[in-house]
Amino acid sequence: MIGHLTRTLLSGITVAAMLGMATVSTQAATLHMAWSQDATGLDPHKQTAFSSLRLLELIYEPLVRVDASLQIIPAIATSWEFSKDGKELTFKLDPKAKFQDGAAVTSADVKASFERILDEKTGAAARANFLSIASIDTPDAATVVFHLSQPDVPILTAMSDVNAAIVPASEIKAGSIGTKAVGSGPFKLDKWDPNAKEVLSANKDWAGGATGVDGIEISVLPDEAAILAAMRTKQIDFALLNDPLVATLVPKEASLQLNRVPVLAYHVLQLNPSRKPMTELKVRQAISCAIDRQEVLDTASLGEGKVTGPLTIPALATDPSQLFCYKRDVEKAKKLMAEAGFADGFSATVIGATGEPPTAAAEAQVIQSQLAEIGVKLDIKMMELNVYVDAWLKGDFDMAIALNGGRADPYTMYNRYWTKAGNLQKVANYIDDTLDSQMQQGRAETDPAKRKAIFAEFEKHLAEVSPWIWLYTSYSYTAQQKNIAGFVPTPTGTLFSLSKVTIQQ
Amino acid sequence: MNYLMRRLATFPLVLLGVSILVFVAIRMVPGDSITAMLGTEAGLLTPAQRDSLAAYFGIDQPWFVQYWRWIGGILHGNLGISVTYGRPVLDVILERFPLTLELAVLSMIIALIVGLPAGIFAATHNEKLSDLGVRIAAMIGQSTPSFVLGLLIIYTLSAGFGVLPAMGEFAPLWQDPLRNLSQLILPAITLGFAFAASVTRISRSAMLDVLSDDYVRTARSKGASARSVIWRHALPNALIPVVTLSGIEFGYLLGGAVIVEQIYALPGLGRMVLDAILQRDYALVQGAVLFIAFNFMIVNLLVDLAYVGLDPRIRLGEQ
Repeated sequence: MIGHLTRTLLSGITVAAMLGMATVSTQAATLHMAWSQDATGLDPHKQTAFSSLRLLELIYEPLVRVDASLQIIPAIATSWEFSKDGKELTFKLDPKAKFQDGAAVTSADVKASFERILDEKTGAAARANFLSIASIDTPDAATVVFHLSQPDVPILTAMSDVNAAIVPASEIKAGSIGTKAVGSGPFKLDKWDPNAKEVLSANKDWAGGATGVDGIEISVLPDEAAILAAMRTKQIDFALLNDPLVATLVPKEASLQLNRVPVLAYHVLQLNPSRKPMTELKVRQAISCAIDRQEVLDTASLGEGKVTGPLTIPALATDPSQLFCYKRDVEKAKKLMAEAGFADGFSATVIGATGEPPTAAAEAQVIQSQLAEIGVKLDIKMMELNVYVDAWLKGDFDMAIALNGGRADPYTMYNRYWTKAGNLQKVANYIDDTLDSQMQQGRAETDPAKRKAIFAEFEKHLAEVSPWIWLYTSYSYTAQQKNIAGFVPTPTGTLFSLSKVTIQQ
Repeated sequence: MNYLMRRLATFPLVLLGVSILVFVAIRMVPGDSITAMLGTEAGLLTPAQRDSLAAYFGIDQPWFVQYWRWIGGILHGNLGISVTYGRPVLDVILERFPLTLELAVLSMIIALIVGLPAGIFAATHNEKLSDLGVRIAAMIGQSTPSFVLGLLIIYTLSAGFGVLPAMGEFAPLWQDPLRNLSQLILPAITLGFAFAASVTRISRSAMLDVLSDDYVRTARSKGASARSVIWRHALPNALIPVVTLSGIEFGYLLGGAVIVEQIYALPGLGRMVLDAILQRDYALVQGAVLFIAFNFMIVNLLVDLAYVGLDPRIRLGEQ
């Protein structure tokens, strides 16, 4: 009896399951997308998580954006100009720009947006990039003039970030930023079920023209192996991947294409120069000489990336082989350790965040074995991301494995660490007059060639004093079905070009 | 009836204890809602910015004020607002719970349908080759981690056969039963596999115990058929440990099957709690843990009541 019942039930369940599976198909005009980590909120001025920015860039627009070669291009503003003394920045707005509620984007919205970012009550982390704004004038509805307290060239790049998105002044007044998403970007957010799904539809009024798809449905599939499986069965057209182990499997599937591009973010071993013996220059330099960066990259990340110095911006980066001890030299490292009085080595703890990046534990292990050769005994402590961030912000570590975000401008990228007034000085725990003055010169210099020379010196000096050991930049990965056309991967990781992506039949 | 009332009367006390534990535990973990939202960028905030965000997340008051505010809300039926979802905690939980309940029920059905007959079969074929086969299978079932089995199923289906249940958009049972079943059957099998193995082992050993009891021998000597001895005389008594085990496992499953929900991208209670912990959504973590504890207590109560149904000799609550 039970046997019969079992058979009947199981066969019924199997048939039902197979029927359900057979109905899976993709709709022509909607892009089905997946990622493993969802946005954490909708306020473009407050969100800093990578996944939040990727979603918000499709909904909101800043004044300008950067293209694939990191050049500034128009967004809401059609043109811009610095005054001769570099203390005035004027934008002309696109007259066609409209918010998704139909209202035109005016200079009043720009002013209100920046005032909101600068208001401490907002809690916008990007505020630190805009402190040179002394006042904002709006001579007419299509013109905005930023008066700066000092020449600030990098402010233009900072304005290309979605953290400087222009939001409607009316929504700021209503206090609904973060609960309602009304931007001027290519897509409207129709539905957001946190950690499960987002539904976006094309914004027909977008000043940038018609989008290539009618909408985008984003599914949150926490396991990237499952994302790949869903792509194999054509449930998903396009996906964002973090794990190089999964990404390298994509090219093995005939119907799938992997897009990869080196990103600005960098993997780094942060030393804490306020803790002994990392207070000693020679000890830090010894650690730098003892680490084989290419081996860390090859072992932890399957070679998926490129060894880097402090600057990851392609137009400004120095060839790493020219930097201090980028070719491993264990003998030199041992000599430096002996000169510093640590011929027998020392013990230290290195912290890392579990899964963030996915390669963190492997990087720590390779570095542990490399440093063992010069007598440094590393104890690896992996932590949940929030616990790690807490320790990191307090500077409570000997060494830390980190994946730090990059920016399209070196000043915006590093002023938080390597200036005397940097907000994250307590994390970096190292500053000298040379670094500080190089950063200030780089901030004010408008001539691109001179700027490049200043930052080349900055990079060389930073590698020499070795407060951190820069390791490598990895790739940002997206995977897509081969019938998806028009996606342009960029070093910032933005998915903005999904606005022009089409699905070929 | 008295027993039921007494048990129900202990619920508020247990829940109070759970509320204190979860409230303190989640706050003892380093990091807060601000670092969860901003990550390392939180280091760029000025003290005034930090204060403003702390007020937004409701973590600006001393912990006892926060606790008092939370408990006061619960007494008025309000578990608080989730900062991630921007909605009442209870709404979010009740939206996720049907899936978790359905998954737990399906897994239990699979576990009992497979495990119980297998256990009885093994017991009645004690020390034979077929018994050994069942025992080995049960051991494999118990020792295979669910993430291995889940990924193996997904990989085999997608790479080998090019099929996979629709992932990402979950269809509730009452909207599209067929699609719903297709999405839940594989997770249920993944969970039910280890569950069935436990049921097999416990029902086998319980059945062996009972089969050696005097009353079974008496039934046999009175000429009862082998089938009648097993199904009528032995099984009801052998079921008691199976009910205990199933109750506990079911109670756990009602708390959400985090790993299986992650792998199959199911928006269940387990994934919701995990995400809430990672995002330091205190109100949601607290509300969900209370809800899970409440469910567990209900399941325990039902298990105790089931004993009475299975064995009339048991009288609950009597000294």
